[in-house]
Amino acid sequence: MANGNGQQHEHVISILVENQAGVLSRISGMFSARAYNIDSLAVGETIDPTVSRITITAHGDDAIIEQIIKQLRKLIDVIRVVNLSEKSYVDRELVLIKVKADKKTRGEILQIAEIFRARTIDIAQGSMSLEVVGDQKKIDAIIQMMQPFGVLEVARTGRIAMFRGEETLRLPGA
Amino acid sequence: MPKTANKPMTGAEIVVDALIREGVEVVFGYPGGAILDVFDRLNQTNKYKFILVRHEQAAGHAADGYARSSGRTGVAIVTSGPGATNIVTALATAYMDSVPMVVICGQVATNAIGNDAFQEADIVGITRPVTKHNFLVKDVAELPETIKKAFYIAATGRPGPVLIDLPKDVQKAKLENYQYPTSIDIRSYKPVEVGNTSQIKRAAQVIEQSKRPILYVGHGAVGSNAQAELVQLAERCEIPVTSTLLGLGAFPDTHPLALHMIGMHGTEYANLAMHEADVVIAVGARFDDRVTGDLNRFAPQRQHVIHIDIDPASISKVIEATVPIVGDCKLVLAELLKYVKACKHTEWLERVLGLKKNRPLHYGSDKKLRPQYVIDRLYHVLKGDAIVVTDVGQNQMWAAHYWQYTSPRTFISSGGLGTMGFGFPAAIGAQMANPGKRVVCICGDGGIQMNIQELATAAMNDIPVKVVILNNRYLGMVRQWQHHFYANNYSGVFLGRKHSNGKIDYIPDFVKLCDAYDLTGIHVEKREDVDAAIEKAMAIPKCVFLDFVVEPEEDVWPMIPAGKSVDDMICGLA
Repeated sequence: MANGNGQQHEHVISILVENQAGVLSRISGMFSARAYNIDSLAVGETIDPTVSRITITAHGDDAIIEQIIKQLRKLIDVIRVVNLSEKSYVDRELVLIKVKADKKTRGEILQIAEIFRARTIDIAQGSMSLEVVGDQKKIDAIIQMMQPFGVLEVARTGRIAMFRGEETLRLPGA
Repeated sequence: MPKTANKPMTGAEIVVDALIREGVEVVFGYPGGAILDVFDRLNQTNKYKFILVRHEQAAGHAADGYARSSGRTGVAIVTSGPGATNIVTALATAYMDSVPMVVICGQVATNAIGNDAFQEADIVGITRPVTKHNFLVKDVAELPETIKKAFYIAATGRPGPVLIDLPKDVQKAKLENYQYPTSIDIRSYKPVEVGNTSQIKRAAQVIEQSKRPILYVGHGAVGSNAQAELVQLAERCEIPVTSTLLGLGAFPDTHPLALHMIGMHGTEYANLAMHEADVVIAVGARFDDRVTGDLNRFAPQRQHVIHIDIDPASISKVIEATVPIVGDCKLVLAELLKYVKACKHTEWLERVLGLKKNRPLHYGSDKKLRPQYVIDRLYHVLKGDAIVVTDVGQNQMWAAHYWQYTSPRTFISSGGLGTMGFGFPAAIGAQMANPGKRVVCICGDGGIQMNIQELATAAMNDIPVKVVILNNRYLGMVRQWQHHFYANNYSGVFLGRKHSNGKIDYIPDFVKLCDAYDLTGIHVEKREDVDAAIEKAMAIPKCVFLDFVVEPEEDVWPMIPAGKSVDDMICGLA
């Protein structure tokens, strides 16, 4: 039931909204007012500059996710809401990792980075910064691999996602 | 669309023109620095009435009462900062109860926004969670469409309040070639009004196969004017009908199938019927916690829940619907009536109507002046012919219990937010919407004092609202809870002044207070004086306060304590 005793799952929700001031705060405000948690959030303009796309990942049982989606649809500036998790989707996140590195460890870090197809974007006497793109598992794995060297800082974009195949998130009527 | 003006119009002029074009009859408001330009134009027409209130909160509640009693969108105009924050409670009240309202407030000039300017408040930020939508207008070119959108959003779908924040420079700015839009299309806002046919057919099937069906109607049924369809459905399929507090009037209380209000202070028979029902047909109701109590024990025998609501988010939010139908209650019911065949529920009706007969609402019938008696007499003396506006608390429950509501929009009350102080200003608004009708405000001595300043508004505009005060010198509902659940510890609830000899002063003296406003107050202490006092008050064509000094420690019965179920119902004194 809606009070959420069911199985918790992670959901990736894509939202098309009017590209207007205040829209993001309406969405984040709805989550906080109803005590739903956002795990990750990413926003950007779409091919149509009047529309932005927001990707939210949240977890909860089916009833909670259903409520979240309904409450999102209720917001006036929200054009479309789709739960990508209901079908097959691809998702990516870009992460910058600054890790402690000196002459001794640099080589090993580079090796690991290569396995993950991470790029080195900055290097200094005592540190290296890597850029890595991937899904959740890959990001978690590389961060874990970097821990022994000393992770100094991590910056993440939040996840973005799309359906696999031809299906797109079109505007209604488009 | 003809050109509406050849010469450029200012933002302030556009506001006035738009209000006229939206058919606004009454504007409630209060001026201030940041809305001066609008006020400078506001009195340049007689196409609508302007009512100056004495506090912005009252402007909001008055617009709300106007809207609830008429079905038309209520309008209030206030200034920035404190003017705007004062109306927040009224917005939240209207939002919780889905009342169409448009509030326009002044704002500091756009170049001053964010500078902590004098009387600046981020009212769009503040009201975001308590409005259906809100707008900050930064460019006068956007103003005509914004106002059109505001009225459209407020009144369609699940209605609600919309706020327009209007900076002072936008009020002054001129717009060439002003045209007020005749229609509007918002791609991100398309309310669904017509129900899904296959779901409606399923609902018909479920009803036909039901053994113990119950209709549970709410404010949505009032809003969509679904009484005729409800009566037809109830009669055709022999379904008893219960109502939420705000649903009162959606189905006539005088109908044999009426089970009256359900919930915490609902009738025994309504609550027991819900407890035994196998099919619940919710029409424009949202299974509020004051209705359901403990969710795990609510309607435990239900096999099906048919839930009709204009708001998809209300369906399966609290109670899972087996037959969800998104749409306007009236339209969906009319469609349902095309499919549902007549059916008999003889045994079920016998059971339910037996409960209704044997376990009616009741109160002590001794010589004491009891609050229930006052409402009972009021109903009979007025022959039920009035719009009843209540405040919040015991007065609200007794007004729900001892008056028979037969038509929609005759019972007006703050249900969701439970806003004390709502009654009097909302009654003023209801009276403005219904000049020919009798409007009675039923309140306690606590709530009336929360917007008592509106005596001036009623007096100076000759608004003949009759205010019935059930004066028990207590914040009665809180006292009742303290009595039953807090070991009789009456903390912060006594409103009178007790002398050492036991004598109690009534503070304030409502008769003297009315006198100060050049109005009549009538003080009643005895049961036998009630009818005459009511008749006397009704004969006065102005606002009158009827101050009934009632039993101080009367409780509202029955009661299902918060979070409990029918099994825990306290039925009061025998």
